[in-house]
Amino acid sequence: MVTFKFHQYQVVGRALPSESDEHPRIYRMKLWATNEVRAKSKFWYFLRKLKKVKKSNGQVLAINEIFEKNPTKIKNYGIWLRYQSRTGYHNMYKEYRDTTLNGSVEQMYTEMASRHRVRYPCIQIIKTATIPAKLCKRESTKQMHNSKIKFPLVVRKVRPPTRKLKTTYKASRPNLFM
Amino acid sequence: MPFKRYVEIGRVALVNYGKEYGRLVVIVDVIDQNRALVDAPDMVRCQMNFKRLSLTDIKIDIKRVPKKKTLIEAMNAADVKNKWENSSWGRKLIVQKRRASLNDFDRFKIMLAKIKVCYDAIPVCCCLIFPISLLNFLWIQTRTPLEMAQSNIFV
Repeated sequence: MVTFKFHQYQVVGRALPSESDEHPRIYRMKLWATNEVRAKSKFWYFLRKLKKVKKSNGQVLAINEIFEKNPTKIKNYGIWLRYQSRTGYHNMYKEYRDTTLNGSVEQMYTEMASRHRVRYPCIQIIKTATIPAKLCKRESTKQMHNSKIKFPLVVRKVRPPTRKLKTTYKASRPNLFM
Repeated sequence: MPFKRYVEIGRVALVNYGKEYGRLVVIVDVIDQNRALVDAPDMVRCQMNFKRLSLTDIKIDIKRVPKKKTLIEAMNAADVKNKWENSSWGRKLIVQKRRASLNDFDRFKIMLAKIKVCYDAIPVCCCLIFPISLLNFLWIQTRTPLEMAQSNIFV
């Protein structure tokens, strides 16, 4: 299995109890980060924007990593995101086909970086969902919804089986036909 | 030159890179343009990039993402193991593996066997090469070393 850069965490936190508010409201958030420390930091970042509470007058009650329930099943993921471009903020909806949600989130970050030059700090994931095949909007995911899918691999990249066997010069030109 | 080996559900492929190198797997579903869900009787179903797979000629009859039991039955019905081991590609890989696992005594035995094969084939070869080599040999015998150096035999 691939090791993911982005892990999904559930962070639960609240403001610290005070004389005026004995039992402050508890908030829970699901977010993606590379590790737990960053997840907690991101939690406070979002909570600050939504409620009048900061890390200095709040506490994290629980942080748990969320793992994929069915990592061997292929799913269509839709991701709604808000990102900051050079000129302003935009919303976006992207679809990915992957086996795990973490994998599709990683795909999303790399695609945003390559297609729009948007880096990780400038992306906020609004919502993710598993989309049934009928409701997919993008052609690139819909074209894989074929139970009798069949295509040839057009160019075969000849690769040595380990990096150690790589050589700069080869005696003959490679045969690219599959 | 049309394509004969397609990426399709049921195509048997050989892993040619990475941890699972050398394993025969079955393409069980296609994730997207670059990746496939891949399964084999003795491993957990996982995703693999097509760059790591070499497609073979063998294809088995399965539906999209079958259960492990169904997959094993289909592989036995299509007799993948025997077809692979009897194909020229499969046989070459078996020979390579055998050669890589030889110890010094085995290599000694092979050296003797090769010499024996050559020795037994001498009568056959002689009929073909003897006439020409004999003439060359006689010509070389009649030349002095200086003439040999000036001649263009070894150019």
